[in-house]
Amino acid sequence: MAGSYDEMWEKLNLDVEAHTGLLEVLGKFYGDIYMSQQGRLRGMEYLDFVLSEVHGLRIKELQDAKAQGKKVFGTFCVFVPEEIVLAAGGVQVGLCAGAEIGTSEAEKVLPRNTCALIKSFVGFKLGRLCPFIESCDMIVGETTCDGKKKAYEIFSEYSPVYVMEIPQMKNPADRELWRNEVMRFKNAVEDTTGNKISAESLKDAIHLTNERRRVLQRLNRLRAAVPVPISGRDVLLINQVSFYDDPVRFTAKIGELCDELEDRVKSGEGVAPKNTTRLMMSGCPMAVPNWKLPYIIESSGAIVVGEESCIGTRNTRDLIDENAKTFDSIIDAIVDRYMKIDCACFTPNTERLDNIVRMARDLKVQGVVHYGLSFCQPYAIEAFKVERALRSAGIPMLSIETDYSMEDVEQLKTRVEAFVEMTK
Amino acid sequence: MKSVLNHDTVAGIDIGSRSIELVVLNPDGLLHRSKTSTAFDPVGQCRRLMDGVIGGRFIATGYGRRLFAESFRDIEVSVITEIQAYALGARFVCPEAMTVLDIGGQDTKVISLSGAGKVRKFEMNDRCAAGTGKFLEFMATALQVPLESFGDFALRSDHRIRINSMCAVFAESEATSLMAGGESPENIAMGLHMGIVQRTAAMLKRVGVSAPLVFAGGVAHNPCVVKLLEEELGQAVMVPEDPDMVGAIGAALYGLNGRVP
Repeated sequence: MAGSYDEMWEKLNLDVEAHTGLLEVLGKFYGDIYMSQQGRLRGMEYLDFVLSEVHGLRIKELQDAKAQGKKVFGTFCVFVPEEIVLAAGGVQVGLCAGAEIGTSEAEKVLPRNTCALIKSFVGFKLGRLCPFIESCDMIVGETTCDGKKKAYEIFSEYSPVYVMEIPQMKNPADRELWRNEVMRFKNAVEDTTGNKISAESLKDAIHLTNERRRVLQRLNRLRAAVPVPISGRDVLLINQVSFYDDPVRFTAKIGELCDELEDRVKSGEGVAPKNTTRLMMSGCPMAVPNWKLPYIIESSGAIVVGEESCIGTRNTRDLIDENAKTFDSIIDAIVDRYMKIDCACFTPNTERLDNIVRMARDLKVQGVVHYGLSFCQPYAIEAFKVERALRSAGIPMLSIETDYSMEDVEQLKTRVEAFVEMTK
Repeated sequence: MKSVLNHDTVAGIDIGSRSIELVVLNPDGLLHRSKTSTAFDPVGQCRRLMDGVIGGRFIATGYGRRLFAESFRDIEVSVITEIQAYALGARFVCPEAMTVLDIGGQDTKVISLSGAGKVRKFEMNDRCAAGTGKFLEFMATALQVPLESFGDFALRSDHRIRINSMCAVFAESEATSLMAGGESPENIAMGLHMGIVQRTAAMLKRVGVSAPLVFAGGVAHNPCVVKLLEEELGQAVMVPEDPDMVGAIGAALYGLNGRVP
């Protein structure tokens, strides 16, 4: 794909040489982690294609949409209500934050002990390496954690940033705050796109995002079969791609993949033997191309059957009620759905503990690997309570704290292998 | 290396960052034990260590376990992690062991065992080698004391001072400023040992310390670490006769008996 998009990348003011290097590394990494798998579904070819064109064809689609007058909104968090953007005829994309890139650039403006995800998006911007960021008419930040909150202040010096205030508790006053924020966001999106949002357009948008959530829920039900019919890595990839692919196309393609998966489950076919240790991951989000931990787990004699994460069930578990009729009640339905998100930025956050234990039981896992990004305080501190909740349910947990670098892979392998040995 | 078709004879090999240990077991007991340094050629060192040793199957553990399996394809090799190897080995040297501590060249492991000897919970230090054998080695060199006598040297201190840094680089600058302030090297050595022990004790407390506690790995040879650990935990620490061998013994036992119940 290199070559054919150079002109577009130059127009987006990317550092084309460094960007080509990034794509080469990404391609090799993807080959090692994904293409080496045995017995993959035919439907994964679509994901392979999307990923090979992640900075190519998809960016061209965004540019074409912009040429038609559409606006592009970039986000970093599952709290940003995509329904609002879609209802205004906009396009929403999740932004690059999963690669160790531009670190030295990022560290010019951020402290070294900042989490890898924040460093990554700042690095992508300062290194001029992310065509998604450069395609955005508005970048929507949010106040989930202190690191992101303060980093957006710096980021806004380079890109058009809009910040949504996320409540940190779930009292009536917090819901009120969040409703006001959703309305403020609606107005900002209307201003940016020049389009009015109506009850009808919101309903259509809700149906669209609910359909995408439903297909991902179906995927999660099917993958839970014994033997496991699809690798955890592949499911993570599907979840990652759901953030930047066209929602209509994505839902259709994953629907087809689920049909294939259903046949596989019926015939009792799996990608790993029946007695393979089933593990679930829980914690911080894993953005493309952060496949390190699932790869380590699945190279250690276990298979991942669930992701309790923003790039996972936190994004797909709850649907928006589609029965609301009036504009105000539709907004209420959106507000209520997003208030169910059990992010570690909330206090208290007991729903998350209940959700993790329920999910671990439903998926019949032998253990949970808790994943915290280094310097991510909310998840690191909550890991203690998660472990206690799981322990009282008789489910062992391994707590891993790491970042995007590869220097600790061997140590992590030892821990994960020992954990797998423990579950046998 | 001669491979004999005797399934009752099993070799365990522990390829660590500093040293490699080899033991051969059969149901009657230990037939052989030997040890060498890892140096810069772990595969070559393994080959030299195995020369003339008669073993059947091999169980490899330690950070070089995969390298070993890939390098000796002509013999039957299985791999287990150090966690499982030390859990099994500790029960061999102390059948009632409930907690295992291993401080090796580049990592520290603490393992809590169930009554049946199964790994209940474990912790390892993160990627940094602070508080491991490497740290002691680095600091012994900085104070110009041979590593083997560093513990005895520290025990000659006349009062206890705190050294806060566990990073070798920072600890060295802290030690330098203490020396400039007239502090004796013995007291500085004691401070460094106290730092390691506090860090280790915190890790042990996270998994829960039930007695008996078996202390294995190269650092268990250091009498100052053992003494301070007993003080800090308020309980006896059991150091096996050959603490470096525990991992290799555990690996061999795994080959002999399979995993613990």
